[in-house]
Parts: sequence; structure tokens; C-alpha cells
Amino acid sequence: MTISHFAAVLLFSLFTSIVFAITQRSEPKSMVRFGALCFALFVGGTVAMSWAMWLIKH
Amino acid sequence: MTIEGQVPVVAGGKTLDSNASSSVSPALVLLAGWLFPGAGHLLLGKWVRAALLMVSIVCMFAIGVALQGKIYTPNTGEPLDMLGFVGDLGAGLLYALGRLLGWGQAPVLAAVADYGTKFIVVSGLLNVVAAVDAHSLATGRKHS
Repeated sequence: MTISHFAAVLLFSLFTSIVFAITQRSEPKSMVRFGALCFALFVGGTVAMSWAMWLIKH
Repeated sequence: MTIEGQVPVVAGGKTLDSNASSSVSPALVLLAGWLFPGAGHLLLGKWVRAALLMVSIVCMFAIGVALQGKIYTPNTGEPLDMLGFVGDLGAGLLYALGRLLGWGQAPVLAAVADYGTKFIVVSGLLNVVAAVDAHSLATGRKHS
């Protein structure tokens, strides 16, 4: 199986966010909010760090 | 006897939550949750959480294996290899299954295979987090 680097980021972020949401919050509504926040931070953080490394190299 | 709307208080200042399961031993919940992802929550009757945890952790482990990630074996070599083994061990029976079937033994040559190794380690660590969460629900430390 081969997947792109970005697909790997999305899958990792999705599954990790689900587990974090369920284990770190008690109410379903706050679980959804926290899960979405974790997912956005994982993906956004990875994209931001990727651009930062690109800028450092160039 | 308790007044309606009040949470009964036990010795030591700890409160018992109404959702805490008294019929299932917290230690059993912790063990089941470690052995199979989501089993701890399943024992507590939290079906949706159990299903989501099981799907997430099993998929993460399976993707890691499919990407030809490495499954660590017990070792006393590099500290990172030892930590990798500890992380993998968190997956419980999934780790045992992987070792029995000889998965994850090929050398890591591609970048995505290294991602696969990380997927496997993190699935084990997330399984430990899920098992501890189930234990907290069983003891009443976490309300719901």
C-alpha cells in the first residue's frame, strides 16, 4: 500500500483526534468540538511547519 | 440515603458518579481495554465510544502494517527502539497478532514505511489512553 504524505497526515490526524476527543471530554457536543479543534491543529500545524521548513531551506 | 439532586460523598472526599459501573471491576475494564481497543468502554455499555475507539485504533494499526511499518521486538539496544517496543506493546492483542503472523519485520526503506512505523506505535499509545479513560469511567473519576 502506498499513500501520499498528505493523505498520511489526514489519516493520522483523523484517528488521533477521534481518540483524543472521546478520552479528553465528557459531553458529546464538547467531544465533537474538541475533536474538530485537534484535527485542525494537527493538519494546520503540519502544513505550517512544512512551509516553515521550505522557507528555511530557501 | 441522599437528597435528590445531590451526589453521594464517600470517605476521602471522593464522589461516586451515577454513571460509574459498580458491577464491572475497574481492573477488568483496564485489562480488557488494553487487550482489545474499545473493549473497556464496551464493558461499561458505551457502545458508540467503543466502536469509534475500536475503528480508529484498529485502522491506524492496520494502515501502519499496510504501509510496511516496523513492529518492534523486545530489545536492549537503542533507547528509541526500546521506547518503540513499549509503544507497540500498548496495542495489546493487535501487537501479539502482528508478531504471530510475522507482520512488520521487513526493513524500513521508504518514507511511507517509516510513517507506518509511527502509525503502529501511536495506535498502541492511543490504546493505552483509551484503556485508562475506560478505567476512569469505571471508578467514577470521569463523570461520563
